[in-house]
Amino acid sequence: MIPAAFEYHRPSDIAAALSILTEYGDDARVIAGGHSLVPMMKLRMAEVPHLIDLQDIGTLRGIDVGADRIRIGAMTTQHDLINHDALTNAAPTIRETALQIADPQVRYMGTIGGNVANGDPGNDMPALMQCLDATFYLTGPNGERTVSAREFYFAAYATDREDDEILTAIEFAHPMPGFAYEKQKRKIGDYATAAAAVLIQRDGERCTGASIAMTNLSDTPVFAEDAAATLVGTAVDSAAIAAAIEAMQQAIDPSEDNRGPVPFKRHIAGVVLQRAIERAWSRA
Amino acid sequence: MNEKAPLDRDERISNLKGMGCSRKRVEDVRFTQGRGNYVDDVKLPGMLFGDFVRSPYAHARIKSIDTEAAKAIPGVIAVLTAADLAPLNLHWMPTLAGDKQMVLADGKVLFQGQEVAFVVAEDRYAAADGIEAVVVDYEELPVITDPFKALADDAVVLREDLEAGADGAHGPRRHHNHIFLWEAGDKTTTEQAIDSADVVAEEMVYYHRTHPCPLETCGSVASMDKITGKLTLWGTFQAPHVVRTVASLLSGIEEHNIRVISPDIGGGFGNKVGVYPGYVCSIVASIVTGKPVKWVEDRMENLMATAFARDYWMKGRISATKEGKITGLECHVTADHGAFDACADPTKFPAGFFHICTGSYDIPTAYVGVDGVYTNKAPGGVAYRCSFRVTEAAYFIERMIEVLAIELDMDAAELRRINFIRQDQFPYQSALGWEYDSGDYHTAWDKAMAAVGYDDLRKEQAEMVEAFKRGESRKLLGIGLTHFTEIVGAGPVKNCDILGMGMFDSCEIRIHPTGSAIARLGTISQGQGHATTFAQILATEIGIQADSITVEEGDTDTAPYGLGTYGSRSTPVAGAATAMAGRKIRAKAQMIAAYLLEVHDDDVEFDVDRFVVKGAPERFKTMKEIAYAAYNQAIPGVEPGLEAVSYYDPPNMTYPFGAYICVMEIDVDTGTHHVRQMYALDDCGTRINPMVIDGQVHGGLTEAYAIAMGQEIAYDEIGNCKTGTLMDFFIPTSFETPHYTTDHTVTPSPHHPIGAKGVGESPNVGGVPAFSNAVHDAFRAFGLRQSHMPHDQWRIWETANKLGMHA
Repeated sequence: MIPAAFEYHRPSDIAAALSILTEYGDDARVIAGGHSLVPMMKLRMAEVPHLIDLQDIGTLRGIDVGADRIRIGAMTTQHDLINHDALTNAAPTIRETALQIADPQVRYMGTIGGNVANGDPGNDMPALMQCLDATFYLTGPNGERTVSAREFYFAAYATDREDDEILTAIEFAHPMPGFAYEKQKRKIGDYATAAAAVLIQRDGERCTGASIAMTNLSDTPVFAEDAAATLVGTAVDSAAIAAAIEAMQQAIDPSEDNRGPVPFKRHIAGVVLQRAIERAWSRA
Repeated sequence: MNEKAPLDRDERISNLKGMGCSRKRVEDVRFTQGRGNYVDDVKLPGMLFGDFVRSPYAHARIKSIDTEAAKAIPGVIAVLTAADLAPLNLHWMPTLAGDKQMVLADGKVLFQGQEVAFVVAEDRYAAADGIEAVVVDYEELPVITDPFKALADDAVVLREDLEAGADGAHGPRRHHNHIFLWEAGDKTTTEQAIDSADVVAEEMVYYHRTHPCPLETCGSVASMDKITGKLTLWGTFQAPHVVRTVASLLSGIEEHNIRVISPDIGGGFGNKVGVYPGYVCSIVASIVTGKPVKWVEDRMENLMATAFARDYWMKGRISATKEGKITGLECHVTADHGAFDACADPTKFPAGFFHICTGSYDIPTAYVGVDGVYTNKAPGGVAYRCSFRVTEAAYFIERMIEVLAIELDMDAAELRRINFIRQDQFPYQSALGWEYDSGDYHTAWDKAMAAVGYDDLRKEQAEMVEAFKRGESRKLLGIGLTHFTEIVGAGPVKNCDILGMGMFDSCEIRIHPTGSAIARLGTISQGQGHATTFAQILATEIGIQADSITVEEGDTDTAPYGLGTYGSRSTPVAGAATAMAGRKIRAKAQMIAAYLLEVHDDDVEFDVDRFVVKGAPERFKTMKEIAYAAYNQAIPGVEPGLEAVSYYDPPNMTYPFGAYICVMEIDVDTGTHHVRQMYALDDCGTRINPMVIDGQVHGGLTEAYAIAMGQEIAYDEIGNCKTGTLMDFFIPTSFETPHYTTDHTVTPSPHHPIGAKGVGESPNVGGVPAFSNAVHDAFRAFGLRQSHMPHDQWRIWETANKLGMHA
């Protein structure tokens, strides 16, 4: 559990970080909280001759709750997300989800940017970002561009981010009022066996809008557009929920691991989605 | 010149902090401040660091090992392979079980993670780089991870080093992957009893492979001083004196030139009893380089390569009359020992004390046969917080009782009650050859039943079953019953030894002139709190305050020889030695007191912290005064000084027991559970420190909870270990750990000097069946007889699924 030797860089602004990235190309990686990358390096599954630590870049940190949109700097820690009152008022699902990530010690270090940019299908924030229809800001040698969270993930650890780009911020509109992030795991600190992020808009007894995304049930987060669509216009009764679960099952592709075989994963996916819809509906 | 304001007797007793006092643990001052001194804290000038190249394959031939590139890495001093150790005859080493084990891979590897080469470097970073640069050419061989398949006629030969057809250490081997068949009891009468019984229950009970996973992993620091010829070895050893003897026999270094030190140890649980290749390699590397060499494994190495526990397939039959009186018990075990038989059992007991498997019940006839088998898995089979194979035995009988209750359509609590050994039957001769020293099972059971409100729980359970069947609820309630009997305190030298060394233990006491003391023992605490509790035994025995007694263990240059700490043997054996040594001190103190008081020896008697003249309690000498006189006054016929040593060979084992009840809610939809109550009544005989006992019970129950509900060492079909990190190997956090209710009865051991029986392992032995039985009991109404641990979420889901509960 000892990594190969590496050079440690600690730039104080984005431009400096980008120039190191450009200089070393494939040999360089940026590090945010390090809770995914450092274990991979210690196992020598990732060899990173040049490690670029982003923690001194102050502009990457912070939460801005605007009138229309909410912007979160990539280096904002899960701990900061959990304890930000304005963010919790505007988008309480962020706090509910962040509290499901690992444990307090990890959340002091782990960042939202690292969580979404790494492309690990076990991470919780990517599905939530898809559910929120968030936009990711990427900065590279050719300047800044944006990409939708729903189009960012290609496969496990493969995303739309180029090697010479840094994910700097995420942004999303104020979300629908009904929310839930339901996660089943084996213990504190574990990745999800299955998890569901649900947002619901309600008008009386009618669902007028819904968004659903699932965690760790494929090699990417799963934006379950059809599942959400089945809820809209219904009273979110048991038939509607069953239809949503059926649609979600079409979208996921879980694989067997120590958390259980595929039929179990599919079963739990249904259970967590049902519970998430019911909770989100009750809050809408 | 006695005290001016004399304390009353109760105050004097209280000041002693002797037996029965919940004295705070003296060790915790340093542990809670990060001031412990563990093996990895040992740092010596010029110390080198060694680390292993390990096999990625479970079974492969080694065609070549190229170490040149590794040796060229800056900081790398040497790379050892089996070829380097062979001239010293150290490429293999004996195991505690009478087998031999490769120190470094000799021609082939037999499990994933096996030690292949040892890289010695100036620091652990260079060693890690060196490992990456060693090139090993493997040729993969067929892999066997299933002990039943290992015994197939056409199974690949795993141990090519063993002569075909030759006997093993424990008798004939009937197959090339067979290690031993060990038997106890009367097979013929047992088969007759079962075959002619009213009711027979038959079941395969699997106790899965798990791992002790102590917080501190294994490690050692070897320092060979070529000037003095003395080898000093610090290590995570549960038995430092045995390590010294083994090291001497292996290396040829005379035993007086070897000093073994077990410093603070961060948990052992059986994992640190055996001898590992790392210890041997650090010694060889120190001899070769003339410098101290440290080896400390990481978590993955600990989980994948050091001693596992359990992996017992227990096929049982139990029979009874229609009324539920048990008439016979039979068990055949297929025991997966992995690549080498490196169990840490007393040498004559290759299946440990598994034949305690008649449990708490009066079973007239029984038979046990255990087949040890080689597979391509890590070696071990150690007693993970239990006496040797006792938790396997307890799990087996407590599952068989539950299955028999189903067969009889009886309440399992009542079935236990009518079969318990009665109090008037002790000492009780078991059908498998043990003499249970004492017990009062009915009293403990009735107390436990009342404490949890058993009858009301059954009513609530029945209501939940009905609600489930009506479709109103998806939750079930399980009531997990266990009454276990342990066998600990190995053991009588007449039948218990390790590599020929009798399993006595020892204590040596020196009283200082000013009336404080030091006691040294042959055991070694790994967290049990010996420095606290052994001082309490002595305080009561010799009348010196526990706070004035230092307890020291683990340095073979200073401590008396002993067999170490495992199998709950410290209190039954070393605790007895402590009391007996204390009594020698007291006997001499009595002579000194009589002389000082100018009366005959028989005219003084011991009273808490002093000797008083019989009938004249105002005339006395305190132990403090007596200690001073022992060193400063010429007393005719009495040698100066006040010291004693005792080597204690126990006449029998001790038999702690307990009644545990787990009340568990299960969510059938998710496979998750909630432990609503875990009630643990322990009878460990005389209670030395109730707070330490509570701590032991809490810790053991938490391990039991982990084992029953999620902890396992699992392999895939080609022998890859799937649970090599704490992400997958379940250690409960404070969130998962249930709350516990502890209780006790006291049935002192009749043969132990203070009546104590040992407690550290009871909660693991009793806890596993209690948690597992709760899961089984929840599904009993739906037809479940047996499901295999660990009861993690997907396995509970699978159980419900097979019973048609997700339709």
